[in-house]
Amino acid sequence: MTNKLLIATRKGLFTANVTARGVSLSGPDFPGVPVSMVLADPRDGARYAALDHGHFGTKLHRQDGRRWREVAAPVYPQLPNAAPRKARGKKQKEAGPSLRLIWSLEIDPRAPESLWCGTIPGGLFHSADAGRSWQLVDGLWNVKARKKWNGGGFDMPGIHSICVDPRDPARVTVGVSSGGVWRTTDGGRRWRNVADGMRAAYMPKKLQFDPDVQDPHRLAMCPADPDRIWCQHHNGIFRTQRPGKPWREIRAKAPSRFGFACAAHPRDPKTAWFVPAVKDECRMPVGGKVVVLRTHDGGRTFEVLQRGLPQRHAYDLVYRHGLEVAADGRTLAMGSTSGRVWTSRDGGDRWQELSANLPPVYALRWID
Amino acid sequence: MPRVTFPQVLQRHVSCPPVTVDGATVRAALEAAFVIYPEVRGYLLDDTGALRQHVTVFVDGVVVRDRTRLQTRVAAGAAIDVLQALSGG
Repeated sequence: MTNKLLIATRKGLFTANVTARGVSLSGPDFPGVPVSMVLADPRDGARYAALDHGHFGTKLHRQDGRRWREVAAPVYPQLPNAAPRKARGKKQKEAGPSLRLIWSLEIDPRAPESLWCGTIPGGLFHSADAGRSWQLVDGLWNVKARKKWNGGGFDMPGIHSICVDPRDPARVTVGVSSGGVWRTTDGGRRWRNVADGMRAAYMPKKLQFDPDVQDPHRLAMCPADPDRIWCQHHNGIFRTQRPGKPWREIRAKAPSRFGFACAAHPRDPKTAWFVPAVKDECRMPVGGKVVVLRTHDGGRTFEVLQRGLPQRHAYDLVYRHGLEVAADGRTLAMGSTSGRVWTSRDGGDRWQELSANLPPVYALRWID
Repeated sequence: MPRVTFPQVLQRHVSCPPVTVDGATVRAALEAAFVIYPEVRGYLLDDTGALRQHVTVFVDGVVVRDRTRLQTRVAAGAAIDVLQALSGG
């Protein structure tokens, strides 16, 4: 069995062919350009790459066949009273929003070319035409609580996780750093914060359980049991089991319960993976050892997986989109800020180094 | 008519050789250039219509300070040079 892995990095997009016999790496597409997110659409085989050009803004490209073509990047509509962005000036009106980064891309199964896109600053966009045009999802942009959102990892809030319920694709759950977990059940018109039960111990006491200030680093939904969502939160690991019930904090023993990435098994709702790190001010592996946490029992216990991973003087951080499980539930990939990528074919028991010399890894995707 | 040139490093992302366009202000000249190269707009201006933070414009060698409204006047034969700012290392 061959698996293709897309590797979005700070210096372009790489593709790895991973077989039982070995790995071949190709690319980069977009050499030198940071690729913040990548998506492979199984419906038509198209791929999408979000480019962060820095000086020249954020762009989206689509590959249909061999050739990449630029499609539209989301544009924030400007209110009539908004003045153009201005660095100085006392009497200026509030500057309107402007796209900074594409942080998440997912398919919307309700129509063949429909896509969701989560951005910084805090926007959710929808395309009905494979990225040729985008519309801001007003229902979420206009929630009053958005004024309480803060940046997490970036200066402005951002939407990094978009979980579409396969039973009912009008039911979508998004994670906002830092602004909680928001859900629509009507395809995006109305939204409510469903972060009840999450805890932010670093906030002032009165706000610790406020859903609007929670910082979920990453959400991962089990497609076979979409009510089971795992969350790697700034403050720890949480899970849900039933709609309407609060998140439950996982307190099982682990080297650390801080981290960014998490992955949910596609069929077994009790299995998930996390990558622990020393929290907040350090953001590096505990004791210089790269390990993966795996639970098979819904978070009652964690196994610490380390075979094949560096166990001495390793300072790899795995970002929130840097851990991906393939559809078989056994093949995993993990990429780090040190440009190392590992894969596992047995659910994480053993890892193989795919490369140790790539640019810092921002996002991974398996193409099954 | 003013002549607009674009950053050399932009050429690898989108082809935009220099153009001569109508326009009495920087904004008008750039808008006229964007008619010829519509895809260039998003590379130079943000969603609010202001110059991107690390893009700079010179008119006959003088840097444009009005980066939001871009109302700086340009003479008929002016050279409008759009560059990426040298910020950072």
